[in-house]
Amino acid sequence: MSHNLDTLIPNEAKPDLPDFGTGDTVRVHTKVVEGNRERIQVFEGVVIRRRAKGLVSNFTVRKMASGVGVERTFPINSPRIDRVEVMRRGKVRRKNLYYLRGRTGKAARIKEKRF
Amino acid sequence: MSIEGLLGKKLGTAQVFDESGRLRGVTALAVGPCYVTQLRTPERDGYSAVQLGFGEKKRINKPEAGHLKAAGGKNLRHLAEFRTSNVADHSLGEQLGADLFELGERVDVSARSKGRGFQGGVKRHGFRGGPKTHGQSDRHRAPGAIGGGTDPGRVFPGTRMAGHMGDRNVTVRNLEVVARNDEANVIFVAGSVPGPKGGLVRVRVTKKVMQ
Repeated sequence: MSHNLDTLIPNEAKPDLPDFGTGDTVRVHTKVVEGNRERIQVFEGVVIRRRAKGLVSNFTVRKMASGVGVERTFPINSPRIDRVEVMRRGKVRRKNLYYLRGRTGKAARIKEKRF
Repeated sequence: MSIEGLLGKKLGTAQVFDESGRLRGVTALAVGPCYVTQLRTPERDGYSAVQLGFGEKKRINKPEAGHLKAAGGKNLRHLAEFRTSNVADHSLGEQLGADLFELGERVDVSARSKGRGFQGGVKRHGFRGGPKTHGQSDRHRAPGAIGGGTDPGRVFPGTRMAGHMGDRNVTVRNLEVVARNDEANVIFVAGSVPGPKGGLVRVRVTKKVMQ
């Protein structure tokens, strides 16, 4: 059973995403179907998790919407993702930023990465 | 559709995006190459079917080799019959694969389920077990009552109790074919399929359409 199933799955159009990781602030442009119309919806927030699982890798973006924390998880290869813009590179010291969930405002800031 | 199904092997589970971009949980099945090893004709056998062979074996004994000679002499591991509407469409040694199944088509998958050994009623039949507290002792996973008293004076046959679980033939019906890879002879069906990875499966086109 050395089959790697990912190699057997028929190729889908994968979005060409920029390099980004945990702590970065991104804008995810997703295709939303409303009735028979398709439009682009933008979700902007901090990447708090990025999981590498082959074809079904995903990442989670967290933002505050009218005082409530909202998290959305996107499959990296989803054909519904139009594009991803990296707004800001964050300097963080862990892989999953779950600690942000308990924080708001000033405490939830992330330092920008300097090059 | 001339032949009702194929033999195959369960490869494992994965996720696939469908046309609308949603992820679907699927099971990958290698359904071929299957070879026609024998024809069943109405004249000789009273019904129409083909015997298919699937999987390779290193060594086969002479009677097996003799049986498979007409079909190209491959050392096939598994043989099984499948009904067909017209035997004349098929020839010995003919190779069949994943392209038998259309995308969106429904299939029934039969396989031997994983053996679970001797299991109690809670795991085997989904019994609730007893209360965890309120002075209970040794009643936590007990089956409860199994019947009447002096009348009828016996336990009815078929009463669900502890016993051997798994390792029996299970058919899962009405699974959708979500994706297909003709090169590798692999189909991806939505949902789960009985048996271990690498286990033999029997895939048939669904006859009965369920809502």
